[in-house]
Amino acid sequence: MIPALIIVFREVIEAGLIVGIVLAATAGVPHRSRAVGLGVGTGVLGACLVAGFAGELAGLFQGSGQEFFNATILLLAVCMLTWHNVWMAGHGREMARELKAAGHKVKTGERTLLALSVVVGVAVLREGSEVVLFLYGIAAQGGTSASGMVAGGGLGLLAGAGVSALMYFGLLTIPAGKLFQVTSGLITLLAAGMAAQAVIFLQNGGWLEYFTTTVWDTSWLIKEDSIAGRLLHTLVGYSQAPNGAQLIAYAATILLIVILMRMVPQGGPARAPSAPKTHNA
Amino acid sequence: MTMKNLSLLAVVAGMALATSGFAQEPIEVHLKNHRFTPNVIKVKANQTSVIMLHNDDDTADEFDSSSLKVEKVVPGHQKGAVRLRPLPPGKYPFMGEFHAATAQGLVISE
Repeated sequence: MIPALIIVFREVIEAGLIVGIVLAATAGVPHRSRAVGLGVGTGVLGACLVAGFAGELAGLFQGSGQEFFNATILLLAVCMLTWHNVWMAGHGREMARELKAAGHKVKTGERTLLALSVVVGVAVLREGSEVVLFLYGIAAQGGTSASGMVAGGGLGLLAGAGVSALMYFGLLTIPAGKLFQVTSGLITLLAAGMAAQAVIFLQNGGWLEYFTTTVWDTSWLIKEDSIAGRLLHTLVGYSQAPNGAQLIAYAATILLIVILMRMVPQGGPARAPSAPKTHNA
Repeated sequence: MTMKNLSLLAVVAGMALATSGFAQEPIEVHLKNHRFTPNVIKVKANQTSVIMLHNDDDTADEFDSSSLKVEKVVPGHQKGAVRLRPLPPGKYPFMGEFHAATAQGLVISE
């Protein structure tokens, strides 16, 4: 039961943190639970599919199908996070106004819900497919370990949900006016970390064999395998020994998001001409 | 932004075409009863190398190493290529994450 608990917990931490941040970033937005639920549901379904077709997936691209797939969905998530932040930069003031008006729902925020549910879906899919394969492996061995697996897996999931709740309620203690700034900062770092991780998969697939030399090594301080290392890896893209390409991707993503956020005018470009006016009841 | 993304994609795709294919013979490693054979793998320092991992067990395992920056799932009775970037001399532990109690190994770069 204990190994199952540890592995499941380790895998769900990442998805849990991301769900927590997304929930905080969409505080007050109607239908956001539905969007997050959709993301989680699609992610779980996708995880089962990926686990079921792991062999077929691995066989693509001269045995590097898995790396290609991981890099692709990570970059998709980076695009969605970027879009969310840029959109928020254009509409943040509007949303803050709505949030301050007591009893009002922040209708404006609904536009980026789909982008964020894609991000949640990707996070759940990536971590979930490993959980599915691992638990399936234990189940296939049968015997007494099966009930332990269910208990361990269930507890692991609960612990992951706990992490998610901690992140969410922790962020909600931040005053509403500052919350947007904090969540867009977190989302920028999340995106940068994912871009750096995508670079690793591209390198492992043999597509990006440039700047692979380690630039610095902080494994003596925080090991990436430790709980602290994993939390930092997910939240800010911590890598114990980053190579040049990783650092370039990380810095370029932050730079790109910051520049795009500065460039977008208030009341931004994302608003469709026929968009209904925000809630004013 | 879309133009930038597209051009980035094109660059990545171009590099994919330019560098695909294995540079050298892969090092064959087997995983049986959740143990690696050989469990100590020597590679030449500062050169790309490839481990061909044959999972001879019935269930999947994940070749996992934070020092090698590799996470790769290999389903039961399948094989997977694990590419190692050019490594400075040193020791790099790895494990089969799903059976970490027994599936342990070490890459030595020299």
